[in-house]
Amino acid sequence: MKKVSFAHMGYSYLGFKQLVEDMGFEAVVPPSPSPATLDRGVTYAPEYACIPFKMVLGTYLEVLERGAEMIITSGGVGPCRAGLYGMMHERILRNLGFNFEIFIFDPPLTGLWPFFIKLRRILKAAGLSWLAFVDVVRRAWAKLKLLDELEQLATSIRPYELKRGETTRTFHSCLKIVDQARTLQELAAAREECRQLLQNIPRDTGRRPLKVGIVGEIYVLLEPFMNLEIEKTLGEMGVVTHRSIYLTQYTATDVLARGAQDVRQLAHPYLNQFVGGHGQNSVGETILYARNGFDGVIQLSPFTCIPEIVAKSILPRVSRDLGIPILSLTIDEQTGRAGVETRLEAFVDLLRQRREQMEARSNAALLPGY
Amino acid sequence: MQPCYLGIDVGSVSTNVVVITAAGEVLSSLYIRTHGQPIQAVKEGLRRVKATLPGDVIIAGAGTTGSGRYLAGAIIGADIVKNEITAHAVAARLEVPEVQTILEIGGQDSKIIILRQGVVIDFAMNTVCAAGTGSFLDQQAARLGIPIENFGELALKARHPVRIAGRCTVFAESDMIHKQQMGHNIEDIIGGLCEALVRNYLNNVAKGKEILAPIVFQGGVAANAGIRAAFSKALQQEIIVPRHFAVMGALGAALLARDYVNNNRETKFKGFEVAEEEFRARSFTCQGCSNLCEIVNIEEEGSIIARWGSRCGKWDTLGE
Repeated sequence: MKKVSFAHMGYSYLGFKQLVEDMGFEAVVPPSPSPATLDRGVTYAPEYACIPFKMVLGTYLEVLERGAEMIITSGGVGPCRAGLYGMMHERILRNLGFNFEIFIFDPPLTGLWPFFIKLRRILKAAGLSWLAFVDVVRRAWAKLKLLDELEQLATSIRPYELKRGETTRTFHSCLKIVDQARTLQELAAAREECRQLLQNIPRDTGRRPLKVGIVGEIYVLLEPFMNLEIEKTLGEMGVVTHRSIYLTQYTATDVLARGAQDVRQLAHPYLNQFVGGHGQNSVGETILYARNGFDGVIQLSPFTCIPEIVAKSILPRVSRDLGIPILSLTIDEQTGRAGVETRLEAFVDLLRQRREQMEARSNAALLPGY
Repeated sequence: MQPCYLGIDVGSVSTNVVVITAAGEVLSSLYIRTHGQPIQAVKEGLRRVKATLPGDVIIAGAGTTGSGRYLAGAIIGADIVKNEITAHAVAARLEVPEVQTILEIGGQDSKIIILRQGVVIDFAMNTVCAAGTGSFLDQQAARLGIPIENFGELALKARHPVRIAGRCTVFAESDMIHKQQMGHNIEDIIGGLCEALVRNYLNNVAKGKEILAPIVFQGGVAANAGIRAAFSKALQQEIIVPRHFAVMGALGAALLARDYVNNNRETKFKGFEVAEEEFRARSFTCQGCSNLCEIVNIEEEGSIIARWGSRCGKWDTLGE
């Protein structure tokens, strides 16, 4: 049985593990990114490559050493550097002497024919019919959707938890339950069970958490190790977070379709063209969060990421025009946890004081003379 | 008996201790070097501040801030542990109530805080580079053999400040050496360095921020007359340096402690006696999973009083 692996991005590895296994391969599950993974990636990556490149390279090194013979990954469409990353990874790894097959899938709309050819080669290697493949994909997709759903549920519950850390612990047991479920029926049952587990976490519903939107580059957004678990950290400070990107939603709108048109349309007054990656989205989504009454927005960008640099220089104007505080965090291998926590704490303080002041004002308007 | 409030700011370079009265008057303030030993610095600071206080002072509340705030908070038994951005804003607002912009440059970080109507509405901290902070000025003063206290005065004597690359401290240093070798005099070089650092600050940390007067400049580097003059020149504005500019973080922590305790809470402060106790920080690597978290235990007289460092929360059972 051929050993197949893939990149690690958030909790999606459970879905991809099932996909690969159901196709009849042996899955080499990439380990959670760790400082050791990053060190390895940094050693062999160009210095000014962004951190997603380095981390994914480190992950490939780890899985190849554990015997992976094939890597299946997604490509980027540019114009940002990510469009070249798959090929760069391949070159670096081959120069290091690894022998493996790699399939880099670009979004099908950018080239239906290459997509089809690559897929056919994989299916041939797997000895799988197209019909059987559709079924395999349907189940993996259901699992990925469930993972996104549970993550969002956990994020919305965390700020209310009575015992600090309980939501995170429960969520991790949910991951184990989801991992076991394989058929659509089993996934439906797992969904019920996990939702129940999360709903049963003792909560103080009297709290009034702040609402913060998180925008930025997809990899640092989705991989908790990369963003120093920003959602958990904020959740435990009493903040409900909402990410602008969840994998299944992104796949549906951006990979298989023409992109989140409305979000880009929103960005138009500030940035009227696609600048690669998620730059334009970061601007549009910030506007969307402001309109939807969020208290603040945090932008996460990998150091040297051009699309996010473009967005970062535009966001202060959005912030002034729409009156929404924005915190930009730049992430690379030098980023220290202490520094990020200090900034997050200060940002939350800022948002709290701002809310108090706004409420005091509106109370004064309601009760003149008091 | 006079209820007073203690604030400690444990930074990368200095540890500051302030004691204020209930009215916010500074009774005692101290600025000492951390020397990479925050526990020793906190104990030393407590000992020395205690010696300056009148006998009738009792500490009714204590707060900590700075990068070592959690450690200091665990050692002294702080009522409130706050990030330095909030602490600095609180202190600046006390000294200059109308303040709209705070420029703060400390040992290894620099920040800008924007306030409107007394509320912080935006801030930024240096992220990828520490060029232009106190440590670098210290280093350059030492390299040139000039006491850091005289550094700023010399800068003011510059008649034609030279242009120095201020983006990165390593390149700034080579550029300075180059200018020395070209024969520029030391005053012009130091003057040029101050301008380069201010330029770097305004183009990086303060990028995109609306800098409105009153502008308050604080942190250890505010002692440097050269940097003050360079800011004033670059911004074309008056720069206000508050009386307690070097200990504003500690002052803010004390004010926050006062407001938190608010006369109706019992303080958790353990007393100045902790200065005589034995504290130890021990760390180990948790082998529970591939994260390999570095867990730190803080021990007081052999028993664990605080612990942090795990990502999953496995070791967080203490101090809840």
